[in-house]
Amino acid sequence: MKHTVEMVVLAVGAFLALVGAGFAQDRLFGAHMWVLFFVLLGGTLVLMRRVDFRPAVAGHPSLRSEYFDEVVKYGVIATVFWGVVGFLVGDVVALQLAFPDLNVEPWFNFGRMRPLHTSAVIFAFGGNALIATSFYVVQRTSRARLFGGDLGWFVFWGYQLFIVLAATGYLLGITQSREYAEPEWYVDLWLTVVWVAYLVVFLGTILKRKEPHIYVANWFYLGFIVTIAMLHVVNNLAVPVSFLGSKSYSAFSGVQDALTQWWYGHNAVGFFLTAGFLAMMYYFIPKQVNRPVYSYRLSIIHFWALIFMYIWAGPHHLHYTALPDWAQTLGMVFSVMLWMPSWGGMINGLMTLSGAWDKVRTDPIVRMMVMAVAFYGMATFEGPMMSIKTVNSLSHYTDWTIGHVHSGALGWNGLITFGAIYYLVPKLWNRKRLYSLQMVNWHFWLATLGIVVYAATMWVAGIQQGLMWREYDDQGFLVYSFAESVAAMFPYYVMRAAGGALFLSGAVIMAFNVTMTILGRVRDEAATLDAAPMPAPAE
Amino acid sequence: MADEHKHVDEVSGVETTGHEWDGIRELNNPMPRWWLYSFYATIIWAIGYAIAYPSWPMLTEATRGVLGYSSRAEVTAELSDAKAAQAGNVERIASDKIEDIMADPELRQFAISAGASAFKVNCAQCHGSGAAGGKGFPNLNDDEWLWGGKPEEIYQTIAHGIRHAGDGETRVSEMPAFGDMLAPEEIRATAAYVASLTGTPSSPALVEPGKQVFADNCASCHGADAKGSREFGAPNLADAIWLKGEGEQAIIDQMRLPKHGVMPAWLQRIGDPVVKELAIFVHSLGGGE
Repeated sequence: MKHTVEMVVLAVGAFLALVGAGFAQDRLFGAHMWVLFFVLLGGTLVLMRRVDFRPAVAGHPSLRSEYFDEVVKYGVIATVFWGVVGFLVGDVVALQLAFPDLNVEPWFNFGRMRPLHTSAVIFAFGGNALIATSFYVVQRTSRARLFGGDLGWFVFWGYQLFIVLAATGYLLGITQSREYAEPEWYVDLWLTVVWVAYLVVFLGTILKRKEPHIYVANWFYLGFIVTIAMLHVVNNLAVPVSFLGSKSYSAFSGVQDALTQWWYGHNAVGFFLTAGFLAMMYYFIPKQVNRPVYSYRLSIIHFWALIFMYIWAGPHHLHYTALPDWAQTLGMVFSVMLWMPSWGGMINGLMTLSGAWDKVRTDPIVRMMVMAVAFYGMATFEGPMMSIKTVNSLSHYTDWTIGHVHSGALGWNGLITFGAIYYLVPKLWNRKRLYSLQMVNWHFWLATLGIVVYAATMWVAGIQQGLMWREYDDQGFLVYSFAESVAAMFPYYVMRAAGGALFLSGAVIMAFNVTMTILGRVRDEAATLDAAPMPAPAE
Repeated sequence: MADEHKHVDEVSGVETTGHEWDGIRELNNPMPRWWLYSFYATIIWAIGYAIAYPSWPMLTEATRGVLGYSSRAEVTAELSDAKAAQAGNVERIASDKIEDIMADPELRQFAISAGASAFKVNCAQCHGSGAAGGKGFPNLNDDEWLWGGKPEEIYQTIAHGIRHAGDGETRVSEMPAFGDMLAPEEIRATAAYVASLTGTPSSPALVEPGKQVFADNCASCHGADAKGSREFGAPNLADAIWLKGEGEQAIIDQMRLPKHGVMPAWLQRIGDPVVKELAIFVHSLGGGE
């Protein structure tokens, strides 16, 4: 009987949410449970229409094919959808900083919209990209169908539920005020369940692989999944005020709490946004350029060095604070040692193109991937540099940090994901090619230009801010007030929003291109990839 | 298919490891030397840095590092350097009278710098970063003073505020609400007369009757010539500087139901030396008397 169990579980879940709403100890928890109730009720109704009372047969279509790709398709669509949403909210918050009147109290003010943006791009866009590509890659490089059957569906839908609860919670004003870990205890518990299921699916597939060795992409995926599980659980250790209330208190206090948070925060960057996306790079670049990985030895050494060293680098977020000097030193030296292990991935990515560099000219998807690796290299040089205390004393708390994060997030995570999506969509939906390669080219240039505008603006803005904050006159008095440094940021904030709009428009073009490809349309274009080189774009 | 025999990549001529996943092979290239040596260099630098600075946590405390560095000691040293650089001046501003401070060019410059810094923290919220004020908040750069532009008068205003409840020495005055006392046409006429002092009134015919109403009702505070009185904090109406807004309608509104601005008393909050510095700074802006 198809979907019956799932439907019953969802209905029970909806009922429990209703009970939670009825007995809520605070107004916010009640509101959040109503959201959960309606989401689960909607899910139940959708499944109810699909219930099939005939006995399940072994010849179900999804069981016949070798690989379980249905969930990957959903993941790709979710990635594109959340990407556009996340970039849009990002541009809105950028405009809110430039034009404070755009803050709409209470739900859409900057304080609530910012975590909505960061979570939407990191966890909704990035997370869906990682889950979808890992499911695709692990099956092919293990020559095994995804382990756990419908558990893959649970991971996908469970993760979407986490995203919806996190996002609605932020707008309602529910937060535990930990950067990138804002959701409260009950949403954290749900994510833990989903994440363990993800680990089981992924590890199970590796264990039943038909290849003698585990491919390097899978080392990185596994490192990402295991470490994120550890980070998430430890950083979110908290005591709820009530089991029917939205508030909890951290298990740590004072500087220990801050260090735990930034141990988590930095490794969210290290393992979510670096290790996970390196895994994507290690599969999709060799496939797209059709060349072997440059160096097996480099991949081993830089993998273990990266995994070992990243976990210590978090204290560099707390330079010149109450954190003891020794911890600041260790955070800084591990960050500097991390430079080369990070660059190992860049070298392996770029050198994989040796013998096929002409494809950068002819294939806009390869161009996108190469630009992603280039931004990865820039961001992983800038990071260690900014962790040096002398540099940090200027850069910390300024918009330079925001620029650094975005050159990594937009340049590296964004572009490599776009490349993977363009690779995956024709294959998953069995199309000859994408709807339009020229649109990929447009996407490439809009995104690249947007990132350059964004990052360069924030460098200038951040350095100016840092210099204004530390400027003394000849009598030893501060020259600028904080408000003056805020006012001075206005032109940069407008330019930053313009850069973000370029990036967003590229993503909208991608969404259109992907939709048309899925619908089976092919755009009549002058030059195709194989026939002739793309017309050289204006540089 | 993984094959047992080493496979050689045709393009580069490099051996692969013999593994293959979904068509992906791996070349058996060595690690780039520059990469490896750079990695070693950062490790050696890290070890050196960890020896020089506090780093390894032990049972009771962390190693202190051979340089004996501590961020707390660094802050203490920087603060005491900053204090030493200002030594003498701070004490003299606390003990000297404003006129004595202003008589010493060096000390006056110090007070202006200190006042500028304090202004940005405490005063800019209302008077603006450049002290140019705004509607309802006086511009401090011009030479129109409601309560006096001598350093001691400015000090008095800052120290005790304006209409600040709870300070016995605060400056107080209250313009009556003429909407209860005068007929609407009388108010309109007065506004026309006041506007005529600096520009063209909407109706020249109203100016003469307005002048009479002004003389009977307003001149006691604003003066027969409408040039204001500092005794009552009554603004000069015969110049083009408008605190509550420009134009006859703004004058009518203010006459009917006057707005009374409040400035806090600062002496208790920031202390006598800083109020002195602020007074000297504001005096230096251009309109000081």
